[in-house]
Amino acid sequence: MDRVPILKIGDVLLVSIQTDLQDQTVLALQEDLSERIVATGAHGVIIDITAVDVVDSFIGRMFATIASMSRLMDAETVVVGMRPAVAITLVELGLSLGGVRTALDLEEGMRLLGAGLPHAGPAGSARPARPGPALADGP
Amino acid sequence: MTTPSGEEMPIASSDDVVRVRQVVRAAAAAAGLSLVDQTKLVTAASELARNTYAHGGGGAMRVERATGEDGRKGVRLVFTDEGPGIADVDRALSEGWSSGTGLGLGLPGARQLCDEFGLRSEAGGGTTVTVAKWTR
Repeated sequence: MDRVPILKIGDVLLVSIQTDLQDQTVLALQEDLSERIVATGAHGVIIDITAVDVVDSFIGRMFATIASMSRLMDAETVVVGMRPAVAITLVELGLSLGGVRTALDLEEGMRLLGAGLPHAGPAGSARPARPGPALADGP
Repeated sequence: MTTPSGEEMPIASSDDVVRVRQVVRAAAAAAGLSLVDQTKLVTAASELARNTYAHGGGGAMRVERATGEDGRKGVRLVFTDEGPGIADVDRALSEGWSSGTGLGLGLPGARQLCDEFGLRSEAGGGTTVTVAKWTR
């Protein structure tokens, strides 16, 4: 079974899914991520699905579960990079993922978490953000 | 109307669910379905393959090029298992009802995503689900 690597960038854990997700891989990721959140004290999780061409109800539920779980551990989750065909399919499937925050790409996701990419400016200061949802008003 | 040739593959593990997605993606692309329609069919196949594996105790999927009644070309998928069957088909097709750990989106979701949907099942007698998607 493949395991999805979890990278740490500052205050954020980055999960970039590059494999065709098997159910066990999905379940292992949930566990690995919860452990890493506690171990690192991260306040943000980004799940990058740019390379994912299918999200079925099982995988979609994983996003919602990770978002709820990480919120309980004081971390905000953003799903980034969803392909248009995947978004259309998810809505038709009846899975709107209402509780999951999304951003178009990694950079926007980092900005949403108030983190900014490391090269984006002086350490500790987020790059001037375009007007958008603020992190502080999370549910 | 269906071409006689087709490919059948076993669904015996969650690994096979991943393989089903890959095989269906290739067949949908070869049949000329749009990217969105490919994605819908692959997603439906993923739901149905998981049902076959998780609820039907394993089974098989047959994928074939097919032509709809109005002459449109496309892909038809047939999922079969010899599992316990579905006692209440109407309830299984209603959104939100789940027999186990799922979200209850599998069957109704697959039906929603496809142009053709058929389900035959009886308690104790296994289940056959047929879906098809046609080019636009």
